[in-house]
Amino acid sequence: MDTQTLTFIAVGLSFALYFGIALWSRAGSTKEFYVAGGDVSPVVNGMATAADWMSAASFISMAGLIAFKGYDASVYLMGWTGGYVMLALMLAPYLRKFGKFTVPEFIGERYYSKAARTVAVICLIVASITYVIGQMKGVGVAFSRFLEVDFTAGVMIGMTVVFFYAVLGGMKGITYTQVAQYCVLIFAYTVPAIFISLQLTDNPLPQLGLGSQMADGSGSLLQKLDKVLVDLGFSQYTAQKGSTLNLFLLTLSLMIGTAGLPHVIMRFFTVPSVKDARSSAGWTLVFIAILYTTAPAVGAMAMFNLVKTVQTDTVGVLQANLEYEQRPEWFKNWETTGLLTFEDKNGDGRIQYYNDKNPSFEAPPSWAGNELKVDRDIMVLANPEIAKLPGWVIALVAAGGLAAALSTAAGLLMAISSAISHDLVKGLIKPNISEKGELLAGRVAMGAAIVAAGVMGINPPGFAAQVVALAFGLAASSLFPAILMGIFSKRVNRQGAIAGMLTGLTATLIYIFWFKGWFFMADTAMAPNNSANWFLGISPEAFGAVGAALNFVVALTVSRLTAAPPPEVQALVEAVRVPRA
Amino acid sequence: MTEEKRRAYWRENLRLMGVLMLVWFAVSYGAGILFVEALNSFSLGGYPLGFWFAQQGSIYSFVVLIFVYVWRMNALDRKYDVHEE
Repeated sequence: MDTQTLTFIAVGLSFALYFGIALWSRAGSTKEFYVAGGDVSPVVNGMATAADWMSAASFISMAGLIAFKGYDASVYLMGWTGGYVMLALMLAPYLRKFGKFTVPEFIGERYYSKAARTVAVICLIVASITYVIGQMKGVGVAFSRFLEVDFTAGVMIGMTVVFFYAVLGGMKGITYTQVAQYCVLIFAYTVPAIFISLQLTDNPLPQLGLGSQMADGSGSLLQKLDKVLVDLGFSQYTAQKGSTLNLFLLTLSLMIGTAGLPHVIMRFFTVPSVKDARSSAGWTLVFIAILYTTAPAVGAMAMFNLVKTVQTDTVGVLQANLEYEQRPEWFKNWETTGLLTFEDKNGDGRIQYYNDKNPSFEAPPSWAGNELKVDRDIMVLANPEIAKLPGWVIALVAAGGLAAALSTAAGLLMAISSAISHDLVKGLIKPNISEKGELLAGRVAMGAAIVAAGVMGINPPGFAAQVVALAFGLAASSLFPAILMGIFSKRVNRQGAIAGMLTGLTATLIYIFWFKGWFFMADTAMAPNNSANWFLGISPEAFGAVGAALNFVVALTVSRLTAAPPPEVQALVEAVRVPRA
Repeated sequence: MTEEKRRAYWRENLRLMGVLMLVWFAVSYGAGILFVEALNSFSLGGYPLGFWFAQQGSIYSFVVLIFVYVWRMNALDRKYDVHEE
């Protein structure tokens, strides 16, 4: 069977599985719709949260990012996992004890204010919508690349599948499909990695393979990778390139952004107890760590294979550069997608891949510039082909990419629809709505959110590429500090929380827009987006931590100057701090 | 639960959290970022040590930290008789 047929089978089977789960897990009450009935086991919730969290970006783009940035990409690895320690120790158990359905609901009750709840709803919806557009785009890309289905048709198929299980089952349907999606995506990610690690280092565990000696006895993998890159004018793979302050703040922003993202937090409302919320955060990180500790090996090994394919021997020897006519089959396959492009600048019919932007690198005189452009996403997608793995592995990667995108999209859509039906409709507009009415409102909101996300995925607004910075910046600078202070301080009051959220939010938005253009219209940027212009060398992506710090300072100061929260709110804080009583 | 016991429970919780967050900071921001260059002069297998912390060790430590927290908090809940059943 050819790869195309195998891919159809793999994707078809995985979708059939999701449909089956949808039929089995319909929601009959608002409790089932919002929190899957509240009786999900901590391990199951951990698996679902891992799939919820790991998006198309984690699955497809992260290893490529690591491949090209080397050590500096560690910020993503630490940032997107370290946030779970904060979530487990500072937020999840207390929010579970609070025992309601949504994040804005906690903020509204803790700060006894509809305005605070509304600010939280707005932050949640902006962060989640921008995030979900990227997932829909990922679905379209996976379909068009692996199944040769038109991009728009691909997004519509994806939307239909999500519509089916999310509208019928709400959180309950989403939870159990996410478990299935986790299994698909982790299998698809680790199998190629194991084979490549075996080929290069004889070690089946990629986590150990990355730190091993080469199978051909030519020294350690990382040292060789450092050397081949330096020989081509790139910087050492394992060495630091960016400024320490920026790496530090970027890691911190990603961590508190992760801990503050509502679609992740709300998953902890589904477990039966406070004790389960704690251990569930641990299980979540176990399941995430399997992928996140494999990714650095995938990145480094893919980079090594790529360079070694093109530059087969010492730089300067003519025969060491691969002849274009001799290029391997996977090279041709990816050229047709436009993600890998070759331009014979010096007309010698051979491929030269090197850093032509490095003034201190003395390239051989016959070289006339870098001839190979590589999109970083192909590092994961082309990996099975580069390692000459059978067709079924490639088919698996396609199904895995789709599982990663769909599971995250569903989680985000759940956060959006519950904010609309529970916080806006029931909380603010029509408090006496019946349970049946609210369930219907939830389903309608879910359907509308899916259609809106699909439309925006098909016609992505210009800012689609910038959304990650925005979503993390918003969560880090507004939601995370408000929730944290709500638990750890009895003194922070309504005025303080609202002033703090607005300050953090505004400062972060202005900083991002300043360098990326107002509302991401690139030509309205106030200064070029590079480290020379950044305040203290802090990139817009790393500014969330500064926004959060401003939030804390303003909230604590304003609270000191105004009256303490009423006694019943202080009692609420006391209550969430203790598991029983 | 008396006010006094409540405070004592919360204080012990905060102390545990403080210790664990200190380790959290040390393995990621410390070993993985601030002191990465210094640690890279040592190696762990074929890994430069600082690089290993940044791309592997910090993540393993995070997992361990959460489970230590779960274990200690469950014990604390029992000690103050506030565990759920």
